[in-house]
Amino acid sequence: MTDIPVSHILFVSTALFFIGMYGLFTRRNMITMLMSIELILNSVNINFVVFNKYLYPDKLNGIFFTIFIITIAAAEAAVAIAIIINLYRSHKSIDVETAEEMKY
Amino acid sequence: MTASQVIFYVLAAFILGTAILSVTTNKIFRSAIWLLFSLIGIAGLYFWLEVEFIAAVQIVVYVGGIVVLIIFSIFLTQQSGKEMPRPPMLRSIASVLAVLFGFALTYFLIYKNDFKAGDKPFDWSVNKIGNQMLATGENGYALPFEVVSILLLAAMVGCIVIAIKAPAGETKGQEQINTESLKEKEIAE
Repeated sequence: MTDIPVSHILFVSTALFFIGMYGLFTRRNMITMLMSIELILNSVNINFVVFNKYLYPDKLNGIFFTIFIITIAAAEAAVAIAIIINLYRSHKSIDVETAEEMKY
Repeated sequence: MTASQVIFYVLAAFILGTAILSVTTNKIFRSAIWLLFSLIGIAGLYFWLEVEFIAAVQIVVYVGGIVVLIIFSIFLTQQSGKEMPRPPMLRSIASVLAVLFGFALTYFLIYKNDFKAGDKPFDWSVNKIGNQMLATGENGYALPFEVVSILLLAAMVGCIVIAIKAPAGETKGQEQINTESLKEKEIAE
């Protein structure tokens, strides 16, 4: 457990964050952009847990932040998918390039 | 190399490989399935870190909730076998460069920083988490807990209001609304 340096675990979370960024930059489909956001949020969660475990093991704050982030990510995904379904009904497409006017 | 190290590197390669496949594949349904594997790998990483509670929450909420919701919305909005158009070459190259430079800068900062490890043992238990979650005194998380519960209620109402906006004769979206509110209730619990 302690034979892995912290920086190797942080390598995983940093790489995951930037993979999510790549998805956000290249994709133009709203559902796949939402998946990229989930990857980014997960990398943040890994960071919180690792910092809590290795640097401040006598506290629990990182675990609480992780739990709250997971909860809010779930709410965010549900709202985003409701918006996507509604957009699909009015535009017949969920490409961000076609959603350029702000009206129903 | 001990077994623990081998497990960590295998998990890391699994997470990053499936995540890269998830953002680069052209079929949207495969993208969702790769994302599912990546999230399961992250849950495995939490098991490796010995925080089994977070791993369980990860599996229940992400794998059981969010990915299923995403797959439902793919079925409702796309033909799943259809390929998405590739991004333009210029945009791909620019994104790869931006991501690589950002990663290099961030990892350089992490690599230069020497993290001072805490010397106490890491003792979490569901009992401790629950007590601190509902404590109102110092280090208590009662206020964020209540705020998040109100946020979940608002998100649930918002989902229904946004998704129900069909004209009276049209019943196309009703099943979706029911699924979503059910999912929301599961998550809230």
